[in-house]
Amino acid sequence: MASPERAAPLPAGTAARRTGPRRVLPGWLWALPPVGALGLVFLHPLVLVVRQSLSPDGGGHSFAAYAQVLQQVPFRDALWNTVWIAVASTAGCLVLGSVLALVIAFVPFPGGRALSRFIDVFLAFPSFLITLALLFVYGTVGMANGLWTDATGAADGPFTFLRTPWGVLLAEITYFTPFVMRPLLAALSQVDTAQLEVASSLGARAPRILRQIVLPEVLPALGAGGSLVLVLCLNEFGIVLFTDAKGVTTLPMLVYSKAILDGDYPGACVVAVVSVALSVTLYTLYRAVLARAAGGARRAGA
Amino acid sequence: MLVHSRAGRWTAWTVFFVLFLPLFALPFLVVLAASFATHWSGALPSVPTLAHYREALHGDSLHALTTSLLTATGASVSALVLGGWAALAAERLPRRLRRVVDALFMLPLAVPSVVVGLCLLVAFSQPPFLLNGTAWIVVLAHTVLVTAFAHQSVGAALTRLDPAYEQSAASLGARPLYVLWRIRLPLLLPSLTAAAGLCFALSMGELSATVMLYPPGWVPLPVRIYSATSRGSLFEGAALAVVMMAATLAVLLGVSRIRNRAAHR
Repeated sequence: MASPERAAPLPAGTAARRTGPRRVLPGWLWALPPVGALGLVFLHPLVLVVRQSLSPDGGGHSFAAYAQVLQQVPFRDALWNTVWIAVASTAGCLVLGSVLALVIAFVPFPGGRALSRFIDVFLAFPSFLITLALLFVYGTVGMANGLWTDATGAADGPFTFLRTPWGVLLAEITYFTPFVMRPLLAALSQVDTAQLEVASSLGARAPRILRQIVLPEVLPALGAGGSLVLVLCLNEFGIVLFTDAKGVTTLPMLVYSKAILDGDYPGACVVAVVSVALSVTLYTLYRAVLARAAGGARRAGA
Repeated sequence: MLVHSRAGRWTAWTVFFVLFLPLFALPFLVVLAASFATHWSGALPSVPTLAHYREALHGDSLHALTTSLLTATGASVSALVLGGWAALAAERLPRRLRRVVDALFMLPLAVPSVVVGLCLLVAFSQPPFLLNGTAWIVVLAHTVLVTAFAHQSVGAALTRLDPAYEQSAASLGARPLYVLWRIRLPLLLPSLTAAAGLCFALSMGELSATVMLYPPGWVPLPVRIYSATSRGSLFEGAALAVVMMAATLAVLLGVSRIRNRAAHR
């Protein structure tokens, strides 16, 4: 299979030109219709939102709307809630997802494959189902409180955290952990078991094998899963909406309540721009930290 | 095998199931159990009934189901055309331009869905594109949101495609369009159907952008579930959720059967 024709792919259009004077449209022309459609239905609307956030009703351009919104206490609360819930959820998903994926990969049990399929199905369902389910498990009418009142005879159960930020955190960790597990399982299946056997026969114990052999191998997958979960958590809306707590507002929730409940479109546009900027900033920051960590791990391994 | 002792293995499995069952298996079971119940004040639900399902398959709820199915079909077909076309066209571009196109099509993933909804609301509430208040704006929003997934999976499949087939076809004189239609698309069929299934499932459960812009006559199932639970009808919401999951699973199953047949050809 080392023939030169096979090794070097033909440039686009070469064959057609060779067979006759057929006109071949240049490649970039074919890319125009889909990019144009995307521009019409997404990029242009995005620009309109930025423009509306900069132009108050009186006309002209100013940052007045930003100054006004950034001073509001609900906005600051929402910003803080968004950041800490997303960061805590990402950390929780990484820890939980790693533990579960390691057991599936290295301590195999019958039915493990079926579980991986189950996780794929899990990813196809919307996030708000988790909050709906948690209402039946930890809600005021629900399994956990029901067990407690049956056992102790008390009027109310002790589980009241569901309508607090902790309820949102639990739901997000539950829903987003599979997003970490899937790339991680794929990476773990690539790890050379011979290396593990050698390390183990040389006397290394499980924690050391995990740290020195498995971790460097799966760090890119862990990083990819983590960055996806971070962005998804920052942008999550369904879980927060279904939690329906007065005290838990995040930036996407604030966009919704400003635009739909208050009809304040310039304010909603300001929060939307801040929300997009926050997602992009945290994502970039995370990738930079990860690149440094990966570089450090490679240096330590060398 | 990382854990050699029998005790160690059992410890690992116990930890796994103590974490896995309550977190991932319980939610589905609980929603399913609640959809057949009218009360849940003890450890288990009580007073079994089928009334919620009767309600979920009649009147407005049935209309919401068909609305969701139609929206998801429309959105996944148009996302597949738009994202697939972009992935196929981007392959022919110079490397730098290709990365720009790929990044543009991934951008809707980085933007919160609520903001996508707001964008469409701002852009299509004024002439010349007055779509606000019609069903089209919902389909359009879902298309924008799921196109990234279609683009990504078709793009990934394209890099795995063996160029030998199309090169031999082209060297035999086949025009590019003929090569696309007879060689590349049939080879891509398995990943195209996988992408279609994913897009359909995501669109069926889409809530964030939908609550921003659904018109009164076009209420998809997730919005209906939200309005049921927010007015306190949790059990009715659970039945609607089960109907939604069942419909999604049925379509996914059908799509994967098509995929298997395409892969065996």
